[in-house]
Amino acid sequence: MNGTIIEKVNLTDKVWKVTVEAPMIAEERKAGQFIMLQVDEEFGERIPLTIADANAENGWISLIFQEVGHSTKALATMDVGDVIPVLVGPLGEPTEIKKFGRVVCVGGGIGVAPLHPIVQALKKAGNHVTTIIGSRTSNLLILENEMTNWSDRLITVTDDGSKGQKARVTEPLKEVCEKEKPDLVVAIGPAIMMKFCAETTRPYGVHTLVSLNTIMVDGTGMCGGCRVTVDNQVKFVCVDGPEFDGHKVDFENMMARLKSYEAMEKRCDDCNLNKAVDSIIKERG
Amino acid sequence: MTSWTDPEELYQEGKKILDELKARTDKIKPKERMAIPRQLMPTQKPKVRAENLCEVATGFSESQAVVEAMRCLDCKKEPCVAGCPVSIDIPGFIKKVAEEDFSGAAEVIKRTSLLPAICGRVCPQETQCEEVCTVSKSKKDVSKSVAIGGLERFVADRERESGKTQIPQVKPKTGKKVGVVGSGPAGLVVAADVRREGHEVILFEAFHKLGGVMRYGIPEFRLPNSVVDQEINLLKEMGVEFKTNTVIGRTRKIEDLIKKDGFDAIFVGSGAGLPLFLGIPGEERVGVFAANEYLTRANLMRAFDKKKSQTPIYDSKHVVVLGGGNVAMDASRMALRLGAKKVSVVYRRTLEEMPARNEEIEHAMEEGVEFCFLQNLLRIDGDDDGRVASVKVQRYELGEPDGSGRRRPVAIDGEIFTMEADTVIVAIGNGSNPLIKQTTPDLETNRWGNLVVDENGKTNIDKVFAGGDIVLGAATVILAMGEGRKAAAAINQMLLKN
Repeated sequence: MNGTIIEKVNLTDKVWKVTVEAPMIAEERKAGQFIMLQVDEEFGERIPLTIADANAENGWISLIFQEVGHSTKALATMDVGDVIPVLVGPLGEPTEIKKFGRVVCVGGGIGVAPLHPIVQALKKAGNHVTTIIGSRTSNLLILENEMTNWSDRLITVTDDGSKGQKARVTEPLKEVCEKEKPDLVVAIGPAIMMKFCAETTRPYGVHTLVSLNTIMVDGTGMCGGCRVTVDNQVKFVCVDGPEFDGHKVDFENMMARLKSYEAMEKRCDDCNLNKAVDSIIKERG
Repeated sequence: MTSWTDPEELYQEGKKILDELKARTDKIKPKERMAIPRQLMPTQKPKVRAENLCEVATGFSESQAVVEAMRCLDCKKEPCVAGCPVSIDIPGFIKKVAEEDFSGAAEVIKRTSLLPAICGRVCPQETQCEEVCTVSKSKKDVSKSVAIGGLERFVADRERESGKTQIPQVKPKTGKKVGVVGSGPAGLVVAADVRREGHEVILFEAFHKLGGVMRYGIPEFRLPNSVVDQEINLLKEMGVEFKTNTVIGRTRKIEDLIKKDGFDAIFVGSGAGLPLFLGIPGEERVGVFAANEYLTRANLMRAFDKKKSQTPIYDSKHVVVLGGGNVAMDASRMALRLGAKKVSVVYRRTLEEMPARNEEIEHAMEEGVEFCFLQNLLRIDGDDDGRVASVKVQRYELGEPDGSGRRRPVAIDGEIFTMEADTVIVAIGNGSNPLIKQTTPDLETNRWGNLVVDENGKTNIDKVFAGGDIVLGAATVILAMGEGRKAAAAINQMLLKN
């Protein structure tokens, strides 16, 4: 499959939402699942992106991404009408959705995007949903309206206090754990944020799900590149996850593995990516 | 181990022998045929090829092929045919080569195998057709058998290069529709065999490129992509439809293919999955890779083309490869080609027990891969950033034979040493891919997660068949093809009845 971009919106600085025609994925996808894509079929890298929203009836899914590496930067140069040549999914095990009771959904930065369908599904299943979203500063906050619509209560925080409370997401999370004894916490964001969310809930014994965004190649359980240590066992994010018990994930190792290619990518940034982006820009005149 | 000979010399030697044989007017006796030396497969110079990705073995010259074909005794028993998992008429095609009727030879092979250019290159002939060859039996040396693999490759390459590839006949439309999951060797054989009977065939592939393990796993220097493409093109010309980037189980469930999309049969050939690890301390470190990942990056994602590919591959100086199979050989030789200064294959047993094809082991040795026999990793140590810095190695000796009949390696007390390494590639096999099972809960699997099938490749679910590594566990291209052949016959028979 491939996917034609039917809408493209710049959410904040370097954060984009693209809506892509993908009827088969839209029909099958469930909260918590992701897709793999390649912006170049011959030489592109395969990257996983979580599905931020979908509509089975109209056959589209939307993806929210931040320009960080080769592929996301190249993806950001694509426009409505352009075709993403490789689009595969939905992958991963869906989030377990049922009536838990009181749930807290925590999203940090770009992690608010994958959280969105989970908040929706948990709300539809009859849960009382408290959503906490946070970012460094106000203009990096995304999906505030959507989260307001689907949550019983929305708590917004920023590191610099430019919007909502001046706090990290862990502060209101701790408060809610203390006061309300939630039945489930779902935390999605940068690895370090998920680690601290898990540490925050641990003393309260609240089951905490995290969604891991490791390096992947195939995304179908073949290569083993996405492996993480959970409860001292090797797990594969693409087929065993992407969600795991946050209290059991070895975040330190996961963060080290995320940096596997950092030095090489910095070096390549100057050659490959710029060349790729340049050629795309050139093609468009 | 053989030492490298310049291909030019091999060609000339072949020509000389052929001229002598052709000059004769009397019939060549079997004894004389036995005396013809086995033609050696020409290869690129080791030092040169260790720095490029071009195919290592360059194939017989015409004279070499004809001479080699003349070594066949055309014996009555034809043990080679029984030794071939897809029962190719080996004496039949070899006879045609000896008569210099190369397209006739291709025709004979194509009756039973549509993928000869691949099989000729990657089959473990020394444990199949060549092992039982009468010539090798009487010489008591398998390396002296008729070079069946080399001849098969010659015939296939000759046909491809002639541009006159014969497209197998397809029977009239039956109105039946068969879905094939996975475009690896098992899936391709099923697609071809089922299509020949006139059924519509749609083949689903998870990746953006076709060929399965022949694309992501086996490197270009052993099986060029162009060869795989060419053999797949034949299926396209037969009318097989290919849908890439489609993960059956996830994009579409097997149940939906049958119930909603109207498929009359499904063949699951989704291959091996989930690489195995040793379970030793430090395996989670940065710089430890499953061979699948390392090879997929290099092959499918083309990271060997460092200037063009956007998929990074780890910068390595000293690579330790763990394992003794073909995948370990592929990974070690790929690491050399990607610029590693030193590559060490660590294997628990000895050269004798190594499961890799002899040719791959020889090639790896010629290229400078170091072999550390009777050794195994105990632990992988790292630096402050969690990256691999060295490995702790345990020495072994061979003890009493174990259940497999091979002498069991036993650790030698206190014989532990440190080996510097920045990369560890684990090539000790794969488990089964969980995707189909996860999304088809009723499908019966064994305790290793492999699909359970009957003698016809049929699973416990109506209309659903399976074969290849998803059933066998990690095996070979040709065994997967044999499984596919069996399942395709059963599918064709089932569709005939309905």
